[in-house]
Formats: sequence, C-alpha cells, structure tokens
Amino acid sequence: MDSNWQLFLDSLWPLTQAAITASIPLAVISFAIGLAVALLMALMRISGSKVLSSVARVYISIIRGTPLLVQLFVIFYGMPSIGLTIDPWPSAIIVFSLNTGGYCAEILRAAILSVPAGQWEAGYTVGMSRTRTLYRIILPQAARVAVPPLSNSFISLVKDTSLASIILVGEMFRKAQEITAVTFEFMLLYCTAAGIYWVICLLLSALQNSLEGRLEKHVAK
Amino acid sequence: MSPSNQAASLLTVTGLHKSFGANQVLKGIDFTVHTGEVVALIGPSGSGKTTALRCLNGLEIPDACTVAFAGGPEVAFSAGFKPKQAQILRQRSAMVFQGHHLFPHLSVLQNVTVGPLEVQKRPRAEVMEQATALLARVGLADKAQAYPNSLSGGQQQRVGIVRALMLKPDLLLFDEPTSALDPELVGEVLVVIKELAQEGWSMVLVTHELAFARDVADTVVFMDGGVAVETGPASQVLAAPQNPRTQAFVQRLLHPF
Ligand SMILES: Nc1ncnc2c1ncn2[C@@H]1O[C@H](COP(=O)(O)OP(=O)(O)OP(=O)(O)O)[C@@H](O)[C@H]1O
Ligand SMILES: [Mg+2]
Repeated sequence: MDSNWQLFLDSLWPLTQAAITASIPLAVISFAIGLAVALLMALMRISGSKVLSSVARVYISIIRGTPLLVQLFVIFYGMPSIGLTIDPWPSAIIVFSLNTGGYCAEILRAAILSVPAGQWEAGYTVGMSRTRTLYRIILPQAARVAVPPLSNSFISLVKDTSLASIILVGEMFRKAQEITAVTFEFMLLYCTAAGIYWVICLLLSALQNSLEGRLEKHVAK
Repeated sequence: MSPSNQAASLLTVTGLHKSFGANQVLKGIDFTVHTGEVVALIGPSGSGKTTALRCLNGLEIPDACTVAFAGGPEVAFSAGFKPKQAQILRQRSAMVFQGHHLFPHLSVLQNVTVGPLEVQKRPRAEVMEQATALLARVGLADKAQAYPNSLSGGQQQRVGIVRALMLKPDLLLFDEPTSALDPELVGEVLVVIKELAQEGWSMVLVTHELAFARDVADTVVFMDGGVAVETGPASQVLAAPQNPRTQAFVQRLLHPF
C-alpha cells in the first residue's frame, strides 16, 4: 500500500505536467482554430447562397456523422499512404480543430439567428456595413447565447484530447500509459489520470458559471 | 409652418413599386419632401406605409423606383439592386423604429455615438459634445451610462430618436414611433418629435395618431391598396378629404364607435 501511495505521489506531477504542457494547450489551440472554422461555416449556412450553404452543410454532416477516433486515424495513419505524412501534434490539432468546427458551427448559427432581425437593421441604419454590423452588433449578442453550449463543447474537447494518445501525442493519458509500461500499475495510473481530468473539468465548469453570470447582464429582450 | 412653394425639394420619390412574392404591396407611389417639411403617411393596416419608409432607408430594395436627394445622384432602383448600393440613401436619412431596436450590449452613450464615431469617423470631442447636448434636451442627461434594458419604453424611444439625430441626417424617418408604447408614455415621445418639427427638421412620419399628424404634419399622404390615394396639406386631407376612401378612413379613426 505504501509503495502504491508513493507511486501515486510520484506520478501526480508528471501527469499534471503533461496536462499543463500538452492536453490543455492542445485543447485550447484546437478550440481557437475550431471556433474560427465554426464561425465561417455558420456564416456560410446563413449566407443565403445555396452553394456555400450546401458546402457547409455537407462538412458539418461528415464531421458529426463520423467518429473522432476514425478521423484521427484517417489523418495520421491514412494520409501517409497517399503520400502525405503529418506529425502527431499537427495531426491532432487538424482533427480536433475540424471536429470543433463541425460541432460548434450549428451552435454559432443558432446563436446568430437568435439575435432579432431589427438589430441588423439598426446597425445598417447607423451606417454600418454587413460585416461591421456582424462583429460590432450581432456577434457580441450572439456570444451571450453561445457561451453555455460552447463551454460544454470545450469541456468535451479537453477530455477527447486523450484520444490523441493513440496517434502518439505525448499528452496526459499517453504519459499515464508510459508509466504503466514500467510499473504495470494500470488501475492506479489510469484512475489518477481520470482524477486529473475530473479536476480540470470542475475548474472549467466553475469558470463557465462565472462567465455566464457576467454575460447575463444587458441581454436583448 | 407649411413650407412655401419655393422651398427646395429635399427628396423626390417616383414610381415606387414593391412586391413580396405575389403580394403587390406598393404599386407606384410618388411623393416629394421639401426641406423642413413634415410628411405624414397614413392609411389602413397593410397598406404598405412601413414598406415605403423602409425603401427610403434602403432596408427594402424597391422593385422599381427612382429616389433623388437634393444634391445627390438620382438612384434608379430595380429588383437586382445590391443592398450595398442602398447605402447612399442611408447617408442622407435616419430611421427611428417602432420597436426602437437599441443595442442592448451598449450603454445609452455608446448607442448614440457608435455611428458617428465608427462609421462617420467624426472627431470624438465633437461627437461627445453633441451626444451630451442631445441627451440633455430629451431629458436623459443622467442616463448616458445606463443600459437600454434599465430604461422605460418612452426613454428607450427617446434614445432611439437621439441615435438618429446624431447621424446629422437630412431626413428623419419615423415608423409609428409611439405605437409600441404604453399610453401614458406616448406623450413624452410625441413632444420631442413635435419640437424637432418646429425646429425645421424634415421628416416622414408613419402614424395612426391623426390628431398628432394634424398637429405637426405639413403634408399628409393617405395610402390604401398600395397607392397614394390622396396627398395634400394636412388640414385639407384630415379635415376635408376629397377621396371617398380617405373620408371613410378618417371617419373611422376619428369616430371609432
Ligand atoms: N418582409 C416581408 N415579407 C413578406 N411580406 C411582407 C414583408 N413586409 C411586409 N409584407 C407585407 O406587405 C404588406 C404591407 O405591409 P406594411 O408593413 O408595409 O404595411 P403597413 O401599412 O405598415 O401596416 P401597419 O399599419 O399594420 O403597420 C402586408 O401585406 C405585409 O404582409
Ligand atoms: Mg407598419
């Protein structure tokens, strides 16, 4: 029991370190890129152009209709066979970004559509262009609606980064696997990793609550 | 306050047509607004008053129509017109909406200065001075830092009017500015509009308040079925209308029971 306790203490820091230097950055970078993709897709969906809207719809459908694990395999293990080898980190970022883009596009679309049409018109009537009205008037109001579901997506993404262990990214879960390869203490290491994911998610939920509280003010009626 | 016949015409609209699908809403409307003139658009619900006003501000693209502001180009609209090209109209007019449509995430001060600062790119000091003066004159000097949700309907609509005035438009457009308000709040907004009219602002006003129209308007246009049925001096159209449809409409509004 003592040696287990010692192993737990010894593995805590390397795992936490892997979470801080790999899992969380992977999630943050992918989410940032993914949101940009999602915004683009959402705007294509509501653009009024049949072609753009269809392209976005097909993209979203493919992303949501295929498993994340399979997407990772296609990019990391599949691409080399057509002559395109991508390193683990870029592969992971590409897949998680595209995945986030597909899932968050519909969230952003719904949030943008939830802003009353009169807000667009009020933007135009003070002289703003469509683009300026979008980022100055519509998106700030859409953000209030989108924050809760986007927060949930981000929390899911943090947990999903563990899948990157399979394509050799040295994030927290891969670190845990490496330690078990030497110690054979599967239960202990995997539960420790699970505990760290849980703590991270608790912290993110708390962050989400305070953010939502702050955005609650001045919401459009 | 009737404009003399010599008053320069500010806006000339000719042959305004607009359909929504098969619904022909405007079937060729002509009218002119002179500098300093107040034109009231009246007519039954669904007669196309809001649509006509929105066309003037480029919020709807007319199927056919020429619009000319004094000193500006004559813009000939057609169905294929790009919304962007309508911006030329917005530089001359400013709209006050029925439902005010203030920006809820911006303070009152930001609401009224965002256009002048970010679009017109006028100097900050001048814009702030203008905003302070205009908010004070509609009795909202102490609300500059408040957010729209904390204001009453009448206060919101007064901010909406200031937001339009801040753009220094040649023409103010009002679409039933008081019809979304509780009755006890109507007066405070009408007072502001009346003062603006007396100051010489040119405006087109859609209203169901015939007494108010008679009080402030120089010219009344009665619309029905997508056409301007009768146009003339307010006193004449409202007190002694010539057209039987105008007569029936005015009768009904003045004596509803
Ligand atoms: N965006 C739109 N799409 C389809 N039909 C529209 C649209 N806007 C207005 N209409 C139709 O055009 C007609 C005229 O509407 P409009 O709002 O201009 O009338 P109005 O005279 O302002 O009426 P009210 O006094 O009730 O405000 C109505 O039949 C309405 O249903
Ligand atoms: Mg109307």
